[in-house]
Amino acid sequence: MNTPKSDFPLLSRTINGRPIVYLDSAATSQKPQSVIDAMNEFYRSYNANTHRGAYTIAEEATDALETTRRNVARFINSDSPSGVVFTKNVTESINLVARSWGGANLGPQDTVLITEMEHHGNIVPWHIMAAEKGFKLRWIPLDENGRLDLSNLEQLLDGVKLVSISAASNVLGTVNPIRRLADAAHAVDALILADAAQYVPHLQTDVQSSGVDFLCFTGHKMCGPTGVGVLWGRSELLEEMTPFLGGGNMILDVTKNGYLPNELPYKFEAGTLPIAEIIGLGAAVEYLTKTGMQQIKAHEEQLTAYALHALKERCGDDIVIHGPQTPDERIGVLSIAYNNIHPHDLAQVLNEYGVCVRAGHHCAKPLMRVLGVNATTRVSLYLYNDTSDVDTLIEALHAARDLFTPSAN
Amino acid sequence: MNQLDNLYRDIILDHYRKPRNRGRLEVPPAWSAKGFNPLCGDEITVYVIVDRNNKITEITTEGYGCSISQASASLMTTAVKNRQRSEALNLTTAFKKMLAIEDPADSTGNTTNNSEEPEIALGDLKALQGVLKFPVRIKCATLCWNALLEALENAVTAYD
Repeated sequence: MNTPKSDFPLLSRTINGRPIVYLDSAATSQKPQSVIDAMNEFYRSYNANTHRGAYTIAEEATDALETTRRNVARFINSDSPSGVVFTKNVTESINLVARSWGGANLGPQDTVLITEMEHHGNIVPWHIMAAEKGFKLRWIPLDENGRLDLSNLEQLLDGVKLVSISAASNVLGTVNPIRRLADAAHAVDALILADAAQYVPHLQTDVQSSGVDFLCFTGHKMCGPTGVGVLWGRSELLEEMTPFLGGGNMILDVTKNGYLPNELPYKFEAGTLPIAEIIGLGAAVEYLTKTGMQQIKAHEEQLTAYALHALKERCGDDIVIHGPQTPDERIGVLSIAYNNIHPHDLAQVLNEYGVCVRAGHHCAKPLMRVLGVNATTRVSLYLYNDTSDVDTLIEALHAARDLFTPSAN
Repeated sequence: MNQLDNLYRDIILDHYRKPRNRGRLEVPPAWSAKGFNPLCGDEITVYVIVDRNNKITEITTEGYGCSISQASASLMTTAVKNRQRSEALNLTTAFKKMLAIEDPADSTGNTTNNSEEPEIALGDLKALQGVLKFPVRIKCATLCWNALLEALENAVTAYD
């Protein structure tokens, strides 16, 4: 794959006089020109509300939105576009399931099984609902390599009604065995939700062969804009669920006595949708498809292998890389500790070299406690990164070492 | 001097690498307060012993944080040790004013500090001025000072 840096206008800017080295795609990805153009084109030429007016531009807008829905469905191999619900982000998608499915199906005898590596977006909605419904939350522990410890899976699944789990960790990069967990969950009549925020942008996603019941992902981490996410659900489950938000668009009829919910997926899409963002997401899906998810995977695997090797070789004992040490079954998210330098200091010095990394708890405080740290410095790679980005990162790490621990050199 | 050198001045790095007055004091006789920055998880606890004449005879800090928060804590302890409580409060006001986030409602108590007050000499604390160029780091620098305010408040209540 040719590293398509030139497709992303932002990547041509400089920071502190140096070319930007963007290594924070796990937080949000950069956007290709085609996505920016698609959103501009909507506002310039056919901005209208969808599913309403019987005039040309309203029809064009509706058509663009529904085309995106079909393309997103195809992108994740959903057998029907009606399983694709547009939300604001993964957090809203999970809250929707927690409130709507959880509210109707979870009670004091039940348990929701999550993992120690979850993002707060897949923890707090369950805390909130557990307080209301009295169900328990159980945590799959991690092994020393940052992978799920499934040695006691049978006991862990005892009394479980839902397994809610990240498909790929936003801190460790671990890719979790979703198919195996789906089979195990279904064997005890539990459902499985995959938080695929860090999975869909990097790996070919197939909702049918993976066996998941719900899949949540977000546009802005996969070359699309912020403000649009997706909840995919098996149609028979979504059919049974009650609406999450009430309002316009999600009804068939409203009377003084009540309402009749709309059909899928509109039942879950109350109010005006982020139309430009959905169209932008459509352009992102097109961009990723054209580039090829297999090519993206191969490129990122190679680059992750290079980064793991180069960081260890050139930083030696100064660096600790949390999570899987080998490039298989992981994505290019590397959380590091370096020379005891506080992540904020490290990120600050790296910025001087134009290197953008994230410092902090990455919305995964339970995981930070498991790792025994307050914060980490996170490097995350995407299709537009190359080995020179990793080289600049290491050059900047060395500069930070020289600043904070001069005796080490 | 570029902005980064301005942030990480030698005196800051020196206090970061060799923090002064680190550790814990027994409570009581000491008073303590904890500062917490939820953004980065940094924590700092300030211990003070204030005698009956309102003099800060002992001050230590312990906790975890970035170079700015650690250096600020170290510099703070050297600046207020053996000073009167009121002087420490004035210094806190002056320090926070230097970082342009002095809030009149964030009262430092019954001091007579006002615009006619002569400039408070900040001395080495001025080295932290570099954080102004990095707004997200201002909280790192003020974390320990807010904890100091709280600890002094606790201490004074004890003698009232």
